[in-house]
Amino acid sequence: MSASNSILNAHSLHEIDDWIKRYPADQKQSAVLAALRIAQHQNNGYLTTGLMDAVANYLAMDKIAVYEVASFYSMYELKPVARHNIAICTNVCCMLMGSDTIVNHLERKLGIKLGESTADGRIYLKKEEECLAACAGGPMMQVNHVYHTNLTPQKVDEIIDGLE
Amino acid sequence: MSEELVTFTVDGQELKAPKGSMLIRATDAAGIHVPRFCYHKKLSVAANCRMCLVEVEKAPKPMPACATPIMPGMIVHTKSAKAIAAQKAVMEFLLINHPLDCPICDQGGECELQDVAVGFGGDVSQYTDVKRVVFDKDIGPLIATELTRCIQCTRCVRFGEEIAGMRELGATDRGDRVVIGTFIEKSVDSEMSGNAIDVCPVGALTAKPSRFTARAWELQQHPAIAPHDGVGSNIFVHTWRGKVVRVVPRENESLNEVWISDRDRFSYQGLYARDRLARPMVKKGDDWRETTWDEALQIAVNGLQAVLKNSGADALAVWASPNATLEELYLLQKMTRGVGSGNIDHRLRQTDFSDQDIAPVMPWLGQNIEALEKLDAALLIGSHVRKDQPLIAHRLRKAAINRNAQICFVNPRKFDWHLPVAHECVSADMVQQLAAIAKACGVNAAHLSALLGAAKVETVHQEIANKLKQAASSTVLLGNIAAQHPYFSTIRQLAAAIAESTGSVFGYLPEAANSAGAWLAGAVPHRGAAGAAPAVAGKPYSDMLAKAIITFNIEPEFDCANSGMAMNITRAAEFVVAVSSFVTDSIKSYADVILPLATFTETSGTYVNGEGFWQSFQGVTQPFGESRPGWKIVRVLGNLFNVAGFEYMSSQDVKDELKVQCQTLQLNNKLAARATAAEKSSGALQRMGDAPIYAVDALVRRATALQQTVDAAVQSAVRINSRQAQASGVLHAEKVKVTQSGGQAYLSLAIDENIPDGCVWIAAATASTVALGATFGTIEIEPV
Repeated sequence: MSASNSILNAHSLHEIDDWIKRYPADQKQSAVLAALRIAQHQNNGYLTTGLMDAVANYLAMDKIAVYEVASFYSMYELKPVARHNIAICTNVCCMLMGSDTIVNHLERKLGIKLGESTADGRIYLKKEEECLAACAGGPMMQVNHVYHTNLTPQKVDEIIDGLE
Repeated sequence: MSEELVTFTVDGQELKAPKGSMLIRATDAAGIHVPRFCYHKKLSVAANCRMCLVEVEKAPKPMPACATPIMPGMIVHTKSAKAIAAQKAVMEFLLINHPLDCPICDQGGECELQDVAVGFGGDVSQYTDVKRVVFDKDIGPLIATELTRCIQCTRCVRFGEEIAGMRELGATDRGDRVVIGTFIEKSVDSEMSGNAIDVCPVGALTAKPSRFTARAWELQQHPAIAPHDGVGSNIFVHTWRGKVVRVVPRENESLNEVWISDRDRFSYQGLYARDRLARPMVKKGDDWRETTWDEALQIAVNGLQAVLKNSGADALAVWASPNATLEELYLLQKMTRGVGSGNIDHRLRQTDFSDQDIAPVMPWLGQNIEALEKLDAALLIGSHVRKDQPLIAHRLRKAAINRNAQICFVNPRKFDWHLPVAHECVSADMVQQLAAIAKACGVNAAHLSALLGAAKVETVHQEIANKLKQAASSTVLLGNIAAQHPYFSTIRQLAAAIAESTGSVFGYLPEAANSAGAWLAGAVPHRGAAGAAPAVAGKPYSDMLAKAIITFNIEPEFDCANSGMAMNITRAAEFVVAVSSFVTDSIKSYADVILPLATFTETSGTYVNGEGFWQSFQGVTQPFGESRPGWKIVRVLGNLFNVAGFEYMSSQDVKDELKVQCQTLQLNNKLAARATAAEKSSGALQRMGDAPIYAVDALVRRATALQQTVDAAVQSAVRINSRQAQASGVLHAEKVKVTQSGGQAYLSLAIDENIPDGCVWIAAATASTVALGATFGTIEIEPV
């Protein structure tokens, strides 16, 4: 498929091209993780089959191979989600440091369970997040692309209320 | 992998194997059983099921035999306490999520999981939680899914990627939620997809057409030969209570390896089509009645003799299927010539017979099928090999992938390929393309001078020429479309010249199961058995102004190049005997007697495949109703015609008689030079087409599951590119009226940029196009 009739927009294609350049010429598929992230960013934080197909075409991969990648990694959303993506680490270290309290607090505060979005389309609580490699600062969460460590319910409130 | 052999020990037994090869290969070769699920000898190593764990001395933990390279002096225990404990633990783990539904599972009784569980499973599982459930997906008419049973071995995924060349199935999601499937609603469309059923070690993928018909232990297994293409794939026919319920591959490394095409696997459904003929039928006035064999045969012979008496012996013509057995074809030609006619032919889709006298005694592949995967370059001319001979395409694909072989095509349209294609020359004028390649090869023969003079060599032609020349081993092959092309003789001359000048092996991809054998049997008008000069020479089937016709195992409107013309000839004939497994209104419209013919599972016989390999087989079921094996029908016809030498007691006798004549025969595709003509361009819109994969013969056309596949669905449209559609005024039409040779058809229109300008692609051998003329020819198209 040529770039001109792809549903990936010019900005996305430009960014994907930038990633393709970082790998050997015959290994375009190495850019699949980045390409999916870029495609997701283009589409309000989630991927559609159409976007995954476009990535497959652009990187000359089998479509199913792209579906496999997209469904494997938790950083890709395959259903529409609210605009702020909140991932609370619930892995061992954070759990020992009280991540359950944080999860309970947020679920009560927002009236949604993990894996759900608020009705106003503002907050999405990612269903399950494994270690984000910030164990020293547990409990922690990732809000969109930003890490917040050493969380307390009060600190979480401040962060969440500060989101538009 | 080095070929250096090293010595190592397994269970106290000293073995030798290439250094670095995987342990499981060596244990398999030595007959030491190691349980496994994900390992398959034809697929890459995944090492994800862990069932093949064995103890290797000095290794801290058990090692998977499928992914442990052999090292010198290695000491392996496959049945030590440590190995067995590991295998049992894996077994318990794999059974955690596997449902205990063996009694209702189609795989029960032939299930690798069941078998291994008997050996390594425990009676009690420590697992007490809920088992996972996976919802099934509809992946098409051939494969049934029951994905809760899946153990994620990924054999089906690797099969798709590595063998079928289409990655259709995948493992999505992760951890305990991994699901095998297509992810989106989609059918699995590979022409070899059915092999995924065989590689699946559990009942997650089963054969949709045959599931729930019988339990594996009730089936009887019979060896047979696949009856559709020139590969001669070895198959097992599975019968239950005397009925064929399933076909699976029979391993033959030199032909089909462990695979078969879906056509070979599922065509058996046609055996029990509703229009299968059980008893002989004769026409009385406008009515048909069933009768006895004695009466039907007598009426047939009397009717034919009456015509021959008035019009001479050469008023008899015999049109035989290239899927008929060697014995049937040999007896047919012997009978025809015994009666005094030379008009017998099996080349029903061919139209250019002008150079038949210089054709080889048996046009063949020119090499073994196995040799194809050792090629460095190949030029295929007029061939949709992927759909026409799927297992030959598989060999070429192996060459392309493993050896970087340069596979090139010259075709009248673009096709979707599952192999890396080096060059594809697409033009409605194949002759011109070939002439350019020949010129680039340096061909300078007098008989081709007009063509070569006019040829314009472009980069692609030069590239193809260079690749064939530079390759250590290369071939030039003529495919089905070439054989059916109106300029076949010219194409053949050019192809032979290209092969000769580049040192390539020249060969033919035989269209049907016994196309090659039909030449040996003498089922051609100009040659007798084994290529001998015939007692009476005849005319090719399309020139046969026959007043009396015997059709053998064909439906002329589907099996002949020019369906309209074939029907006109049969309907105009004074007396027609149809030897057929099926009875249709169409057959009734021209025949006077219909004799029920046993099918490939109901008769003994022999097929000669593209490499010239004779494969005999036995009947595995009783003939349907009162139908009879073809060789017996023709033998009795021969007796009734009083032809001498028709006292055969078995098909073996017939084969032996022909075998003696073929004994000194040397297969040779070398072609004598012959002056050739250029393709005349009329400027008018041209029809092109082929016989699609699931329309090639009467049996496949009745295989209901195959007819529901995507490959079958694309058959019935007019395909045209958007530029030509614009020029022809049909760009926005959904349906079009096409007119050819006085016949008309209303067909749906598909815009397809794979078709060159000036052409439409209309498949032959389908019900919607029978009213039309030749597969290649001038055509008119208008919107409706």
